Amino acid sequence: MPKTMFEKIWEAHEVREELIYIDLHLVHEVTSPQAFEGLRMAGRKLRRPDKTVATADHNVPTDGTPTANLIKDQLSRKQVETLEKNAADFGVPVYSLGSDTQGIVHVIGPELGLTQPGMTIVCGDSHTSTHGAFGALAFGIGTSEVEHVMATQTLVQRRPKTMRINYTGTLSEGVTSKDLILATIGQLGTGGMTGYVVEYAGEAIRNLTMEQRLTVCNMTIEGGGKAGMIAPDEVTYEYMRGKAAVPEDFDAAVERWKQLPTDEGATFDHEITIDATQISPMVTWGTTPGMVIQVTDKVPNPADMATAGERESAERALQYMGLEAGTPMEEIKPERVFIGSCTNSRISDLREAAGAIKGRKVADTIRAMVVPGSALVKAQAEEEGLDRIFEEAGFEWRGAGCSMCLGMNPDTLFEGERCASTSNRNFEGRQGKGGRTHLVSPTMATAAAIEGHFVDIRNWS
Amino acid sequence: MEAINIIEGPISFLDRSDVDTDQIIPKQFLKRVERTGFGEFLFYDWIRDGEIELAPHPVLVSGANFGSGSSREHAVWALQQFGFKAVIAPSYSDIFYSNCTKNGFLPVELPQEACQAIAASGAVRIDLENQTVSWDGGDARFEIDGEIKRRLLGGLDDIALTLADEHLVEAFEAGPGGSYGPDTTTLP
Repeated sequence: MPKTMFEKIWEAHEVREELIYIDLHLVHEVTSPQAFEGLRMAGRKLRRPDKTVATADHNVPTDGTPTANLIKDQLSRKQVETLEKNAADFGVPVYSLGSDTQGIVHVIGPELGLTQPGMTIVCGDSHTSTHGAFGALAFGIGTSEVEHVMATQTLVQRRPKTMRINYTGTLSEGVTSKDLILATIGQLGTGGMTGYVVEYAGEAIRNLTMEQRLTVCNMTIEGGGKAGMIAPDEVTYEYMRGKAAVPEDFDAAVERWKQLPTDEGATFDHEITIDATQISPMVTWGTTPGMVIQVTDKVPNPADMATAGERESAERALQYMGLEAGTPMEEIKPERVFIGSCTNSRISDLREAAGAIKGRKVADTIRAMVVPGSALVKAQAEEEGLDRIFEEAGFEWRGAGCSMCLGMNPDTLFEGERCASTSNRNFEGRQGKGGRTHLVSPTMATAAAIEGHFVDIRNWS
Repeated sequence: MEAINIIEGPISFLDRSDVDTDQIIPKQFLKRVERTGFGEFLFYDWIRDGEIELAPHPVLVSGANFGSGSSREHAVWALQQFGFKAVIAPSYSDIFYSNCTKNGFLPVELPQEACQAIAASGAVRIDLENQTVSWDGGDARFEIDGEIKRRLLGGLDDIALTLADEHLVEAFEAGPGGSYGPDTTTLP
């Protein structure tokens, strides 16, 4: 019987019904301390340190602070030091602040070759869906489940439903994978994928680079999806070849991975088609990622919304965002620009952003920062001279971490500040209390930084 | 985990949809390394700014897609430590729902109309064993996975249950599945 890629991976990992084996457990400092403590209290071991890896990302300052003990914020310092101690006590490899391979957990997995097709990957972080871009089953879990994986290397899971989104045609010039996923969430809503493992398929997906695919799967959770997946292909294998943790006999592994894609005739619980040629550069206007429109549109009018609930949500969002219905998005002026996060901080994101600068300067009304996703991305960018391009244009060039995506570290918005951000969440207060976030692609963020307002990247040279 | 079955009493109503975990417990309170001390920071910004008022009743009623966003289990700990024992909403994010069930905190899924009726009545009785919710003027049945229900009713510890089947994990690891994926300890 023909099977979906999800079914193949799920069935290969069933220890018994509703108990699946986990091939890789990624750990970070915020959601792990209570889990390690739980093991200690119960006198349990961490079953497979060799399938576990830890890094410090959420709390770390990006100002060049070299080691955990020098983090100024006392609570952040304690949390990162606790991670280091827990990793040492339980034998888990850890890339903490100062390590050559430290970085955002969803950036270092792929770049070290830890993320591989066919694997089950979990992490106490909702953006774990990112890794599905390699044809893995990857999803976020809570701290109790983190402890369960530590103790047993398995997870109790009900089998999720499956959805396939087929994108027909190709993306237009200037339209990125960030726009593709934002447009998809705008269409399906923030709960549109809830309960589903979503496979992204079709010509527009196959044409994406590996790092562009990571952006798509990363934001699956913003549509409520359990996990996002993309079938592995030559693009995947070429990206992986030579990375540190890939199998020694790489060609043999590729032959195995070629069995993973969904079989012809396999059925999904739900299937939809989206015309990729109709997708435009997108900007969020509200306080959920589903509140998103084309950059050429105007801020929507709550009175036009279909239900009373939507009207109320939209009214509240406009008030929080300080926006008037009917304002063209291109007239909206951010004061801050943030290029970074597990959504868009990889080397190709930085190359695209730097490439769009072309000798121009950041508008003097704007403070802009670029935060590479990992220490390796930072080193690579500096080798290519991207740091100089950014700095000469007036961007701040910073150290690796989650930074202003969630503001658990010193990088935050001030009350009322408006930000063009390449991150994944525009929730109230996400980037700092009272901060106003507009989600965009890296090139759209760069253009906004230079012009001082949002622009349609397709008409911007 | 504490066993639960009947949860009853007055409700608090938070009439919003897409309530994300960043609102339930803002990021600045995630730096604790303990499981306790989160209750006083529940909905910190909304409550402090006077946007909402919430009493620590046994049950919270809210809108669709409750608990969306970040996987932070701290959101469940905060709701619980504030005083809630259950939440009733039309839908939940997957991770939040799962986090609730790992802490003996009951997420009840009921249609929007039922949630509104419960909010209007002001008090509710939830019976997990019989999967019913009743309030002044109405009642409804809710769905819950049988295995999750068994564990909630028994206050059973997931890890202990799985470790009772450790021989199955060992058998899996002895097979081809056990060596799938990289060895993280061999990295530079």
